[in-house]
Amino acid sequence: MSLLRATDVSKSYGDLEVLHGVTFDIESGQVKAIIGPSGSGKSTLLRCLALLEEPDRGAVTLGDAPPGPGEVGMVFQRFNLFQNMSALDNVMCGLVEVRRLEKSEARQQARAFLDRVGLADKGAQFPDELSGGQQQRVAIARALVMRPKAMLFDEPTSALDIELVREVLDVIESLAREGMTMVVVTHEMRFAQHVASSVLMMDEGRIVEEAPPDQFFSAPKEERTQRFLSLVE
Amino acid sequence: MLASFDTHLFWQALSSGPYWRGALTALELTAVALSTALIIGFFVALGVLSQRRWVRGFAWSYNWLFRATPTLLQLYFVWDVLPTLWHGFAGSWFTPFMAAWIALSLNEAAYLSEIIRSGLMSVDPGQELAGRALGMSHRSILRRVIMPQAIRIAIPPIGNEFITLLKLTSLASIISLHELLTASTQLTAAKFEYTEPLLAALVYYLVIVSVLMAIQARLERKFTWTSNRRGRRVAPPAMPAVSHDAR
Ligand SMILES: Nc1ncnc2c1ncn2[C@@H]1O[C@H](COP(=O)(O)OP(=O)(O)O)[C@@H](O)[C@H]1O
Ligand SMILES: [Mg+2]
Repeated sequence: MSLLRATDVSKSYGDLEVLHGVTFDIESGQVKAIIGPSGSGKSTLLRCLALLEEPDRGAVTLGDAPPGPGEVGMVFQRFNLFQNMSALDNVMCGLVEVRRLEKSEARQQARAFLDRVGLADKGAQFPDELSGGQQQRVAIARALVMRPKAMLFDEPTSALDIELVREVLDVIESLAREGMTMVVVTHEMRFAQHVASSVLMMDEGRIVEEAPPDQFFSAPKEERTQRFLSLVE
Repeated sequence: MLASFDTHLFWQALSSGPYWRGALTALELTAVALSTALIIGFFVALGVLSQRRWVRGFAWSYNWLFRATPTLLQLYFVWDVLPTLWHGFAGSWFTPFMAAWIALSLNEAAYLSEIIRSGLMSVDPGQELAGRALGMSHRSILRRVIMPQAIRIAIPPIGNEFITLLKLTSLASIISLHELLTASTQLTAAKFEYTEPLLAALVYYLVIVSVLMAIQARLERKFTWTSNRRGRRVAPPAMPAVSHDAR
């Protein structure tokens, strides 16, 4: 039974068709890694799944209805933390503004989630005062606190200095162990190989190939996948 | 000291009732006109950024109308022409202060809307995207995320507008509003002396602007997001100056 599903989704920007009738689905508890060259439509697909972008054709469903507010969490390449709020306020914001919780209750839950990403002592810091890795972990806590049914990660470590990549991947891996349903666009091939239940290759607005990681990396079927893998390795 | 400088007259001017009241009137007018203009300017800015064509057209026409015509003409128009068009403006409530308030607010809103618009546009679009990903409403994102960041960027140019507006209030002397300039010209006429009365008015303007600059510095610190308030001073992003020559 699929949890999150995009059916025959197409999206154009002006004359440029970026997604050509993509069908994608993910079951509860699965982790899917998406790889592919820059400009192939990976971010656009994720934005459609998070309802940040309205598809021109096709539909996105969570269970059997469109996702509700905060039900699909999104983590961005450049963190996008609210610059005018402390780490704690960033995490609280959705609970107060969307879930309409009391401030004290929201603060308590936000603290617990900051602790969950190992930043219990950074609640008072502002985004400018945190390292990239810390900012991305706050961003993950901000999405998680909404209790999403699925999490989407758009190249969550691409903007990070190399020594900060691990702390973010560790958080994502621990989520995978807890059974969180996740779609991760990534260039971290080792991460894809070890954590994903399946790996997808996207190119020119289409899903070219999907396979379990062992098969995907050792014996890719499509010529385009082979070419891409030989370039990144 | 200048040979002919009459220190006594200078102090007399500085501490006289008309000067005090004139300065207070100028300050009040600036404050209420700027506040009103901020509200109107905010909606005009949203209008300029609107998806709807007719809203954009309306907002654009507003800015065009009030920027293309001299402020002085607008003042005369509100004071002399409005009451003949609408009898509601012929009542005793329609004082020179009210007329100047209306004219300067409408005029200033056209300039502020541009400042507010560039403030809103300079906020990283990723901020809005993150808010939408959390399921926040458009209003909520504007209020909690985009406006505070836009205000930070807009504070310095709005401070400039305050100063411009303070100086523009002297125009209202032509519709017989008793502000600072009126006080000094009346004293000049009575004493046949220019130096001391005008110098006293100058001192008032300098004091008001200095106080304003102190307030502005405090506001800028308040809108600098750091956990250490005393800490570093973060320079705000540069922003193109809006020219206000020849208003
Ligand atoms: N908001 C947008 N407006 C216009 N073109 C866009 C927009 N977002 C993405 N594109 C274009 O769509 C294509 C796919 O982009 P994207 O989904 O970001 O690819 P990827 O994430 O795989 O690098 C690119 O050619 C990009 O330039
Ligand atoms: Mg991308």
